[in-house]
Order: sequence, then C-alpha cells, then structure tokens
Amino acid sequence: MSIKPGYTRPLDLKHGRVDMTHGSGGRAMAQLIHELFAAEFGNEWLAQGNDQAIVPPPGGRLAVATDGHVVSPLFFPGGDIGSLAVHGTVNDLAMGGATPLYLTVGFILEEGLPLADLARIVRSLAHAAREAGVAVITGDTKVVEQGKGDGVFITTTGIGVVPDGVNLSGHLAQPGDAVLVSGMLGDHGVAILSQREGLAFAADVVSDSAALHTLAAQLIAACPSLRLMRDPTRGGLATTLNEIAVQSGVGIRLDEAAIPVRPVVRAACEFLGLDPLYCANEGKLTAICAAADAPALLAAMRAHPLGQDAAIIGEVIADPRCFVRARTPFGGERLVDWLNGEMLPRIC
Amino acid sequence: MKYVDEFRDGHAARALAAEIAAVVQPDRQYRLMEFCGGHTHAIARYGLSALLPDNVELIHGPGCPVCVLPIGRLDGAIALTLEHGVTLCTYGDTLRVPGSGRMSLYKARAAGGDVRMVYSVDDALALARAEPQRQVVFFAIGFETTTPPTALALLTARAEGLNNFSVYANHVLTPAAMRHLLASGDGVALDGFIGPSHVSTVIGSDAYADIARDSGKPVVITGFEPLDVLIGVRMLIEQINQGRAEVENQFIRAVTATGNRKARQVVDEVFALRPVFDWRGLGEVAASALAIRPEWSAWDAEVKFGLTTHSVADNKACECGAILQGRKKPQDCKVFATVCTPDNPLGACMVSSEGACAAHYAYGRFVSKEPA
Repeated sequence: MSIKPGYTRPLDLKHGRVDMTHGSGGRAMAQLIHELFAAEFGNEWLAQGNDQAIVPPPGGRLAVATDGHVVSPLFFPGGDIGSLAVHGTVNDLAMGGATPLYLTVGFILEEGLPLADLARIVRSLAHAAREAGVAVITGDTKVVEQGKGDGVFITTTGIGVVPDGVNLSGHLAQPGDAVLVSGMLGDHGVAILSQREGLAFAADVVSDSAALHTLAAQLIAACPSLRLMRDPTRGGLATTLNEIAVQSGVGIRLDEAAIPVRPVVRAACEFLGLDPLYCANEGKLTAICAAADAPALLAAMRAHPLGQDAAIIGEVIADPRCFVRARTPFGGERLVDWLNGEMLPRIC
Repeated sequence: MKYVDEFRDGHAARALAAEIAAVVQPDRQYRLMEFCGGHTHAIARYGLSALLPDNVELIHGPGCPVCVLPIGRLDGAIALTLEHGVTLCTYGDTLRVPGSGRMSLYKARAAGGDVRMVYSVDDALALARAEPQRQVVFFAIGFETTTPPTALALLTARAEGLNNFSVYANHVLTPAAMRHLLASGDGVALDGFIGPSHVSTVIGSDAYADIARDSGKPVVITGFEPLDVLIGVRMLIEQINQGRAEVENQFIRAVTATGNRKARQVVDEVFALRPVFDWRGLGEVAASALAIRPEWSAWDAEVKFGLTTHSVADNKACECGAILQGRKKPQDCKVFATVCTPDNPLGACMVSSEGACAAHYAYGRFVSKEPA
C-alpha cells in the first residue's frame, strides 16, 4: 500500500472492470488497495501497511465472529452486500453483549465485475462500518476467473469486547421466560426475493439490514435477567428459536397473532407460498428474559429507533423434546419445525 | 390482507368448530380424506385438527403432485439435464424429491446440470426466447390446475416457432386417482372426501358425480382457506348423518358445476390420456395422466430426446398405498421415522411436508405425546 504509485492513470471507477491483475499482488492490486480500499477505510492501523494490524488489547473478554456474505443481487432495496457484510458480523458480536471494535474484510472478486459496482460496495461497507463504530483494520483481496464467483463475496471477521458482568448465551433460556422480537419479521428475505431474476415482483419492501449493537446495549442495560439475544438471519425466526430450544433444552410456545409481520410481507409470502417465520432478517433480534422483566425489556426495545415494532411473542416452556410451537389464531397449535432443506415455494 | 383475512378469522373458526361439535353423532367415526395438499397445508398450518371432535379424523390424500411423482419420471428429468444437457425449468418443490440412487434435481444441479426454478411455464418460454441456442425443457407436473398453462405454453411455442422449447409432461388427473383409491385392494376406510379446490375450478363439480354415486361417499368441493375447510367438514358430516352421498360445493366463489370449458378445450387440443401412469405410493393407475399428442411431438421432450422412462417400484416396506387409503397410519409402517424421514423420504407421504407421513413426523408425534 505504501508503494508509491508507479502508475500514471487512476483507476477507472466509471467504466473499468476487475481483471486478474487486481488480485495478482502486483501494481494493479496495489493501486486498487490504495485508491479504493485505503481511501475508503482509512485508519491508523490500515495505514501501517503491514501484513497484520497490531492493536492494543481491549479490557474485558474478547468476542470474535466471522461471517461470509454471498447475496444475489449485490444491490437490493435497503442495502447491498457491503453494508450487509458489516451488519451481519457486527450483529453477531452484539448478540453476545459485545461492543464491536474492529473488522477484517476479505474480498473475493469475480473477473469482469465493474469497478463502479465495487466502489459502490466498498463505500457502502465503509459507511456502515463508520456508523457501527468499527474500524476496518486489515483486509485481503483475491480475484477469481469469470464464472467462478458471483460478482463479489465478502467475508468479515469482527472483534469486540464484552463488558464484565454480561453473560448472554443460547443455553440460558428457562421455562417461564418470555420471548420477544425487536420488530417486523421477514423484510430482508422478501426484499431479496422480490429482486431475484425469474421471481421479480413488485413489492414495496426494503431490507431491514442494520447494525443492532446500540439496541443490544440498551437492552442489556434495561434488563438484568436478559438470558440471550440472537439475530434471526438465514432460516428466520423459526430456525433461530429451534436452535435456542435445543441449546437450552426447553420448548418454546409462540402466540402467532402477536408476531409482527408487515402486511406487504405477509402478502408476498402468501403469493409465493412461503412462511414469514422462515424468511431472513438482517436488522432484527429476538431476546429472552424472565417473564417479570418482559415489560421493561419491551419498553427498552420500543424506545430505540430499530425496535419500535417490538413485541412479546411467546414463552419458554418445559419440553424435553425441545419443540417450538405456535398457538394459531384459531386456538389450535402447530409445530414450528426446523426448515427441511432449502425454503422452497409450494406448488399447491 | 383483504379477501384473505376474512377466511382466516379465529372467532368464526371457533364458532364453526362449535357447530361441528354440535352436529357430530358421538357414537360414529367420521374419516374424511382431504384429497389436496393445499387442504393438508391449511389443516396443519392453522391447527384445524385440534378444533375438531375426537371422532372426526382427517386423512391426508395423494393430492400433492410433487409427492406422487414416480421415481422413474424423476429419473427422466435428471437424465434430461445430466445426459442430454438441456436447461430444465421446474417448480421449486420438485428440487428435493428423491429419485433413484438418492439422486435429486438438487444433486443433479450440483453435478453440473442446468436446473432452474421457475414460478410459471412463462418463465421457461421467456428463457427459450431469450437464448435460442439453449434447449429449454419445462418439467410439467401437477393436477388439472397446472395443465392448462402448460397447454397454452405449447400453443405459444408452436405459434412463435420456438423450436428450442419442449415439455416433459407429467400431468395427472384427480378423479382417476380418487377412483383408484376407492376401487383398489382391500377398499378404503373413508366416509367422505373434502374435494379439490383449484382443480375443480377447471374440471367443475360435476366431474365427481359418478364417484359419489358409485362409492356411496359424499364429496364436498372445498376452498383452501381454513374457514372453507371447517365449513366443508360440517357439510360432509351433515351428509353422512343424513345418509346422503352427493357432490356439494362449498367453494362456490370459484367453482361451477361445469368448470372452465375454455381451459379444458386447450388441454384437449394438446394432451391425450395415457393408458396407465405410475404414481408414487399408489403404483400403476389406469387412465390417470396426460401425454402430449403425437401432432405436437416436436415440443414433447420425451420424443425429442428419445427419453425412455422406466418404472421404478417403491420400496417394498413402504405403506403409502394403505396410508393413502386410510387403512393404515404412518406409525404402522416399518420404515416410518427409521429409514424414511423428511430428510431422506422413501414414499410419497414423506416427500412433501404436506404428505401424511411428513405431517405426522413433524406434527403428529408432537400432539400424540403432548405432556399433560
């Protein structure tokens, strides 16, 4: 990065494309790093220009999370793969009660990707990182031949610090606890589907992609009995709650009528033969706490801009089989099972 | 959602459940088969069984087109993509259906096959138009509801001279399957049918008249919404109580006695009856499926690619046939929840989440062992 430009012409961020030289370790790569990545991410650690970032040890326990991002399309209503790569990892840290500090970013670029797209993604990633208060302290770029990638893959690793006294974990849910969600479910999944080639439909849905660390911090402060938080991304709320039920050795009973879903998301799912409980979210969390503290936790969620539609949606129950079930508005109950294979639309 | 929520109202459902409880005769058993997967889905999704008296039993029928797709035909689809190199366009839920040797379209895709999920046959036509060098095959499955769009696509392909488009036809017929269930082997342990919803918009309620008459079992054409199902159940119970076996229509907002003549004309123009067709779970069923007429063979993938499909028998231990006839329960089957699971289904009833065995695997185990 500190190689002083031997090139004469700046990157053509308007019409240029990623080619194999951008991953070869030569000048073209140095130029890409210098003119795009360093320019956008700029911070003291990145500026050291070494193979590693050396940072002072933060006080407290370290939280580390890594997440690979492969999304098609790269740009979608409400975000893009750049912002998503920050939010996904920051949220994984925040769900453990960590304050996110640093991020590493690995790009796998496909030959032929317009540099304008890459610049837009990098700027979005940098913007999201600044908003989330994390510094991109080291990174990597590789280029694969055309046809061997899907434009861009981004892997981010986040490092955060967990304050003393904060102990959140998926195995801490207890019978009698309350289950909450921070807002409307399924927005991200439906926003992505609405843009997919072959499925494109007009739905006014925007991805909920957002960094949840400030919301998470407020919830920790407001609720001493908070057992755990989790962001229901791939597989949706249904999958996340099944994971928690197994981890804690409990059952979960939801009140279906209480689960917040936007009418347009409900309609799109109806139309596509999908269930909003299995649709991905990128800016929502589910939290479990002692029933007595649930009103306070709900109030804390609703006091945050990202939690205005929060709701208490169910309770933890004793069940050695670890089933998640939902009370339907009809008075019946249905099992909210693990997703079987991939989420596929029904034909009939 | 307007015009949908009205049919999912919890208060109305509880009122209907009370009406049903009031009309059932406690000393008799009501075994009602919902033929369609759409009904099975509504029943599981809204927990309708829990609203019914104990002596009203809902039996899941073979009306899930994905589930009854036989292994041999699925092998054909896999061969089209892997051996003939075509681009196979398919409805989403066929992707994970197991064929021979644990193969599926998912795995065919991973093995390099070009398999694309489409929402409609129109998407396949559009792909064929956009990429004339590509051989596009539409994997046509489904009952009478999905057949007219396939027929229209063939008309369009011929009109446009789309020679790189063809159809692998696997459309099946509802009344034939109902007759087969009623006629075969040890007979059925059923007292009435919750009749098909969308299928009946095409074929009309009259299509079931001889079934009700000959079998002495009532058929109530019923919509797919939960309140529809409860009303259909009440209508069936009333017929059974009165000793009637008629075709009645609960789904009057969409189904007429004669159905959609235009749609059937289009289907007749393109398709002819197959003498026999394999159904997963039921075996060979006479006159139960459609083939593309010889004059349309230029668009028939089976002819075009010289596809020979073999009949592959279901696993011997599989009890799908008896389960679909209401004679056995999923838990009576030796392979249920052992060799045959939702992740590795053997029989039709386990393939889709709507199948009787899959529903029992997920939901039935849960209600039957509910702790006090």
